[in-house]
Amino acid sequence: MITTGFIIASAIKVIVVVVAVLTGCAYATWLERKLVGHIQHRIGPNLAGPFGLLQPIADAIKLAFKEDIVPERAERVTYALAPIVAFIPAMLSFAVIPFGDTITIMGQQIDMVISDLNIGILYIFAITSLGVYGIVLAGWSSGSKYSLLGGIRSSAQMISYEIAYGLSIIGVLIIAQTLSMKELVAQQANFFDWFIFRQPLGFVLFVICAIAETNRSPFDMPEAESELVGGYHTEYSSLRFAMFFIGEYANMITVAAVVTTIFLGGWQGPLLPPVVWFCIKVFLFMAFYVWIRGTLPRVRYDQLMNLGWKVLFPLALLNVVVTALIYRL
Amino acid sequence: MADLRTEEFVVNMGPHHPSTHGVCRFVLTMDGEVIVKAEPVIGYLHRALEKICENRTYAQCIPVLDRFEYCTSMSCNQVFALATEKLAGIEVPERAEYLRVIMLELNRIASHLIWLGTTSLDLGALTPFLYAFREREDILDLFEMTCGQRLTYNYIRVGGVAKDIPAEFIPKAKKFLSTFDHKVDDYERVLTENPIFIARNQNIGVMSQELAIAYGVSGPNLRATGIKFDLRRDDPYSIYDRFKFDIPTGQNGDCYDRYRVRMQEMRESAKIVRQAIEQLPEGEISAKFNPLVFKAPAGELYSRIENSRGEMGVYIQSRDKEKKPLRVKLRGSSYNHLQAMPHVLVGHKIADVVAVMASLDIIMPDVDR
Repeated sequence: MITTGFIIASAIKVIVVVVAVLTGCAYATWLERKLVGHIQHRIGPNLAGPFGLLQPIADAIKLAFKEDIVPERAERVTYALAPIVAFIPAMLSFAVIPFGDTITIMGQQIDMVISDLNIGILYIFAITSLGVYGIVLAGWSSGSKYSLLGGIRSSAQMISYEIAYGLSIIGVLIIAQTLSMKELVAQQANFFDWFIFRQPLGFVLFVICAIAETNRSPFDMPEAESELVGGYHTEYSSLRFAMFFIGEYANMITVAAVVTTIFLGGWQGPLLPPVVWFCIKVFLFMAFYVWIRGTLPRVRYDQLMNLGWKVLFPLALLNVVVTALIYRL
Repeated sequence: MADLRTEEFVVNMGPHHPSTHGVCRFVLTMDGEVIVKAEPVIGYLHRALEKICENRTYAQCIPVLDRFEYCTSMSCNQVFALATEKLAGIEVPERAEYLRVIMLELNRIASHLIWLGTTSLDLGALTPFLYAFREREDILDLFEMTCGQRLTYNYIRVGGVAKDIPAEFIPKAKKFLSTFDHKVDDYERVLTENPIFIARNQNIGVMSQELAIAYGVSGPNLRATGIKFDLRRDDPYSIYDRFKFDIPTGQNGDCYDRYRVRMQEMRESAKIVRQAIEQLPEGEISAKFNPLVFKAPAGELYSRIENSRGEMGVYIQSRDKEKKPLRVKLRGSSYNHLQAMPHVLVGHKIADVVAVMASLDIIMPDVDR
C-alpha cells in the first residue's frame, strides 16, 4: 500500500544511500591509498587535511577541471554513453541491500532497505552484469587498439566469471530457500548460522569471482597498466574517466555489501547498532580487497580464463551438488 | 561460421609505454593476443657517447661514460679506467682496488634491486617495488657520503678512486649488509613461491643455450640458461680472484630462472662486499696520475667487466702522444639481449612481452649509448 509516509521514507532512504555510496567511493580511494601505503612502508596521502582526509575531494576537483578529450577516431555517441552505462548499474544494485533492522518512526514501520524485492539476489546479478556493457562499449568506441584489447578482455573475463559467480551462491539459496536479501539476513541471526560457515567453499568461490567481476587486482586484466596502458579507459579523461573510476569503486562496495549480506550475517551483530555492524563488515571486506592488491602480482589473461572455466566452474558445480545432497535429500 | 575471416594486426608498443624501461619501441604483429612477430626499434636514446669521448681527454671521458649505463655508473667508470690503465700500464694501489670492488658490488646490488622492483611492478605486484627501493636508498646513501652523487658517481678514476671513504662508511655498510640477507628473504617470501608469480614466469621467455651464445647474451641471462660463465671468475679483473663467491646458474633459461639467478646474485655480491670490507688495507687511493698531461701510448685494446646486466666492454684505439683517444667503442650487454628477444617472444601473449623484457633486465641507455 502506497502512502505519503512510504514515499517520503523511500525518498529519504534513496538519497541517504546514494550519498553514502558516493562518499564511500571517494573514501574507498583514500582507504586504498592509505592501506597500500602502509603495506609498502609509505605514508600515503597526508597533506590535504588531517590524515589526508580531504584528498578525495582534491582528486575530484582536479579531475573535474581536466580537459575532456574525445579522440578523433572515436564513435562519439557510444563514447559518451559508455561511462554512464558503467556507472549507473553500480549504483542501482544498492536498492535491495538491507543495511539495518526494521525500525518504527512515528508509527511507521520502516525497513532499512530501499526495496525488499522478493528476488533480490537475482536483481543484483542481473544489474551487475550490465556493467560489462559500459566497458565493452568504451573499449570499442575509443578507436584505440589498447582500449579495444582491454574491452575484449574484460567482456570475456566478466562473462566467464559470471557463471561461477552465479553458481557459487546457489548453495546458499538451496539452504535458505529464498531470494530475498532481507530473509537471508534474518536466517543468519546466530553467529554460527552465517553462511560463511555453512557454505565455506561457496564463500571462497564467490569472493574470487567477485574480485574478477569487479576487475580488481590480481584479475585487473582489462586495465593492466603495464601491458595495455589502462585498457578500456586509456582514452578517457576528466569526468568521463571519473565515472569509470567511481563505477569501479561503487562495484567494489556493492560486492562487499553483497558478501556481507549473503555470507557474513548482514547487519547482525551484538551491542552496536545494525547500521554500524553493516558498515564495519563492508569496511573489512574493502580492506581485504586492498590487502590482496598490495600482495599479489597480476594473473595473465589466458591463465585467468583457465582458472575460471577449469577450476572455479567445476568446483561451483560440485558445491551445488554436494549442498543439494546434504540439505535436500 | 566455418570460415570466420581473421586478420593479423599490428600493435605499436612504445616508445612511450610505461613498461618498456625507457624508450624502446616494439612493433608487434599479433594474432589475437598471440605474438606472431616482434621487431624492436631502437635509437631513441642515442647520445653519441662514443663520438663525444673522442673529443675528451681520458680523464674527461669518465664523467661522460657515467651516462652510458646509469643503473650501474660505477661499472662504466671501472671499465673505462681499466682500459686506460692497461693501455698506459698504470698500477692501481691495493686500497683503491678494494674500494672499487666494494663500490662495484654495491652498485650491482642496487641495479638488481631496480630490476626486482620494476619486474614485480610490470607483473602487477606493487609492493616489492617499494621494498626494493627502500634498500637501494641505503646503498645510494653510502655512495652519496662517499662521492656526493647518487646516480652518476664519477668515482672510479683512471689510476684509482676519486676520494677515500669517510669514517662512517664502514659501520653503515656493515649495518646494511647485516640485514640485507633477511631483506632478500623478505622479497623471496612475497614472490618466489607465489603461484601467480610462478605461473607468469615459469616456461615463459625460454632462451636456449644455442640462442644465447649465438646472440652474445651474457651475464645473469646467460647463466640462467645453465652456462656458468662470469667474467669475475673466468677473466678476472681488478682483484676479484681474491674473493670467494658462487656463480648461481639456472637450467631452463626462462623468466623464472633469470629471477632466481639474480636474487641469488644479490646475496653473492653482499658476500663479496663483506669480504672486501674485512680485508680492506690502508694506503694510497690513487696512483700518480696527472689528468692534465696524461698521454697514452699508441695501441688498441678491449677491456671488459661483468656488470649487473652482463659483459660491459670498451674498446679503445689511441695514437701516440695524444691526450684524447682516437676511437672508443662501447659494448652494452642489453643490446645483445634485445636482439635475442624477438626469437624468445614468438608464440607468447602480449602480457609476456613485459614479463620477458623485465626479466632480461634490458635498459635503453645500455642499448643505444
